Amino acid sequence: MAHEHKLEIFRGLLKFKSNTQKIWGVLIFLSIVTAVEVVLGIFKPAFLIGTSFLGMKLLNWIFIILTLVKAYYIAWDFMHLRDEKSSLRRAIVWTPIFLVSYLVFILLFEATYIYDIFKTGFLAWEF
Amino acid sequence: MDTTVTTDSEENVWGGGNRPLGASYGKLMMWFFIVSDALTFSGFLAAYGFSRFKFIETWPIADEVFTHVPFFHGNYPMIYVAFMTFILIMSSVTMVLAVDAGHKMKQNKVIIYMFLTVIGGAIFVGSQAWEWATFIKGDYGALETKGGRILQFVKADSGERAAVGEFAVALKEERVRNTRDKGVWYTDEAALTSVSLNEVVAGFKADPNILIRTETINEEGEKTLLTREQSLNKLKDAVRVVEGANLVRNEYGSRLFADFFFFITGFHGFHVFSGVVINIIIFLNVILGTYEKRGHYEMVEKVGLYWHFVDLVWVFVFTFFYLV
Repeated sequence: MAHEHKLEIFRGLLKFKSNTQKIWGVLIFLSIVTAVEVVLGIFKPAFLIGTSFLGMKLLNWIFIILTLVKAYYIAWDFMHLRDEKSSLRRAIVWTPIFLVSYLVFILLFEATYIYDIFKTGFLAWEF
Repeated sequence: MDTTVTTDSEENVWGGGNRPLGASYGKLMMWFFIVSDALTFSGFLAAYGFSRFKFIETWPIADEVFTHVPFFHGNYPMIYVAFMTFILIMSSVTMVLAVDAGHKMKQNKVIIYMFLTVIGGAIFVGSQAWEWATFIKGDYGALETKGGRILQFVKADSGERAAVGEFAVALKEERVRNTRDKGVWYTDEAALTSVSLNEVVAGFKADPNILIRTETINEEGEKTLLTREQSLNKLKDAVRVVEGANLVRNEYGSRLFADFFFFITGFHGFHVFSGVVINIIIFLNVILGTYEKRGHYEMVEKVGLYWHFVDLVWVFVFTFFYLV
């Protein structure tokens, strides 16, 4: 069992004295991120909705990036991946990342194609 | 040839007899399960993305669907889901604290933290059941057209949504639910809606303040509002009243939306439920002193991994169902 805990987060910017302290620190961080998401979701700033980057609204990009940030801290600190051997960590993390990006790319690409067909095809879908 | 177990296995990492990944068998197997389960959930969410991109112009807006908070009236989008997210993260924290206390062999602390974790999980499952019930019940009702599109109603002066029950006029008509014992054996009908299509149509014609809102999202990111003439014209296409949601049709818009909602949050809710059950079993074992006798609390760590995974999945479900 991994009794040794690495007590640094944010690449050593923040160092905790004990594992318990680190847990509360991570909780505060995750709560802040969630609060930011909810506030953005309720108010939907016009600038973030109006601007689009790579075919998606800037706001949605922010949501997805914040989600990945949260996922990182849950996996690294709550699931103790930070304390595991790097070989185990890589096997766990990169396998889904690779497969999921591939699947998402293919499905969303295909969906956009079908959307175009629905829109420009000769069949009426709304009647 | 090397023998399988040698005394100098420390030098030869992959020669067997040691733990090359530094994790016990049980923990490794839990990770195997988590990775495969993560791929299952990713498959569901990717399929959701597929359907959503396919109908990107007509997909329901989550903020308008999930607007209720228990014990409060009014329109509070996102608040309750944010609360659920916080509960789940909180119970994740008590779980890590239980694992941490387990490492230090503090039985009483593990008991307290495991208990809090179970409570958090139970609150979450309860909230989800409430969320489902609200979703199934629906709030405003809508009409469905021949093409399977949903028409919702809006009050022209205030811009608020109008419920079909509010403006429908009562007609003297006899409506009988068709059941198998009355009709042909293979025909059956869902429960009758609170108002009939004729009543809604008559009520709509009588009240000039009501407009129709279609599924199509306009450039401002809002649902398209029709004028009075367009609305009256559109009303001719309506074939039935839809109240609430089921797997066939729902009043919120695209049929797939409700299907994915039930499927993904249901699958996640089932994970939380089984997580709570497993947590209770481990909790009882801790009380009985099983792990105290065993000399280590690794079981707590293993169910902890599962519990955090459930939290991890919720983070993604939250984003893709309620935020994006």
